[in-house]
Amino acid sequence: MVDAYRLRSPLAHLGLEARAHEDSELSGTGVVMREIPYRGLINIRGDVKDKNFVDAVQKAVKLSPPVDPNTVSGKPTTTRIMWLGPDEWLVITKPEGAERAMNALWKNLKVDGLHASVTDSTHARTCIEISGPRAREVLQKGCALDLHPSKFAPGQCAQTIVSKVGVMLIHTATARNGDPTYELYALRSFSTYLWTWLEDASQEFGLKVG
Amino acid sequence: MFLITCPFCGEREESEFSYGHEAHIARPENPEKLSDAEWADYLFMRKNTKGVHLERWVHTAGCRRWFNAARNTHTNEILAIYKMGEQPPKEIKAMIEKGKTS
Ligand SMILES: [Zn+2]
Repeated sequence: MVDAYRLRSPLAHLGLEARAHEDSELSGTGVVMREIPYRGLINIRGDVKDKNFVDAVQKAVKLSPPVDPNTVSGKPTTTRIMWLGPDEWLVITKPEGAERAMNALWKNLKVDGLHASVTDSTHARTCIEISGPRAREVLQKGCALDLHPSKFAPGQCAQTIVSKVGVMLIHTATARNGDPTYELYALRSFSTYLWTWLEDASQEFGLKVG
Repeated sequence: MFLITCPFCGEREESEFSYGHEAHIARPENPEKLSDAEWADYLFMRKNTKGVHLERWVHTAGCRRWFNAARNTHTNEILAIYKMGEQPPKEIKAMIEKGKTS
C-alpha cells in the first residue's frame, strides 16, 4: 500500500526557497522570479452560448468563462478562468484549491442534457512568476508574441512558445511604476529547462529569486 | 517572422502552427462501395498545386484548433483564412477557377 502521496514541486530540487532567503536583502534588480507551485489547474470545455453551462461554471467558481479570446477573468489572489479556445478554458485556483473547485464544477456541471467536460490537470504544470522592470525584455528574448502592454495588457493571456517550451502565459498585473508581472504555466518536465533559461536570460539585468 | 492569423487567437508566429493537408476532402459516404483505386485516390492522391491551394492548418502551440487557409504555394502568401466547415471566399474560388498563380 502506498501512503498518502506527497506533492513535490518540479522545481523543488533547485532550492529556490533557500535562494529567496539569500536574496531577500537584494534590491534594484531588473528581474524577480519565483515559483508558485500547487495551484489548481482545471480544464473545462463547453458551449458558452449554452446558458446552463455558463450558469453552472458561475455557480461553481463564482466566475463566468471569458468569451473574449486571450483574456483571463478573476483576480490572481483568488480563482481565475483563462481562455484557451472557443470552447475551452482553464480554471486556476489558489495553491491546493484544486479539489474543492473540481468538486464544485463536477457537481454543478452534472446536469441532464448539458454537454461539458471537466479535467483536473493540476499536476501537469507549475507556475513560474517573473516580474520587474526588465521582465518583458527577458521573455521577449524567447517569445515571438508582441508583449508590449499596448498589445498584451494586464488581464490578457496566450498559449504560446517561450524558448521552445509551450506555455500558458498571463500578464497578471502592471505595477504603478509600469513594471509588469507575468505568469508562465509550463509542463513540469519542461519547467527546470524553462527556469534555467529564464535565469540565464535575466543575468544581464540582475536577478532576484523572490 | 511569418505571421499566420488564427481565426480564434489572432496573429501568431508561424512556428506555433502545423500544416495539415489539402482541405475539403470529404470522406466517402459508402467506403465499402468503392473500388481499390477509388479508395486509394481518396487516401493518397492530392493536388500538387502551383498557385492558390486550399489547405488545413492547426494552431498547435496555441488553441489547438484546426482551420482552413488559402495559400499561394508559389509565393507563400496566405490569401484567406476561414473556419472549418466553411467554404473559401468567392474571390479565392474565382482565382482558383482562373488558374491564377500569383
Ligand atoms: Zn489559435
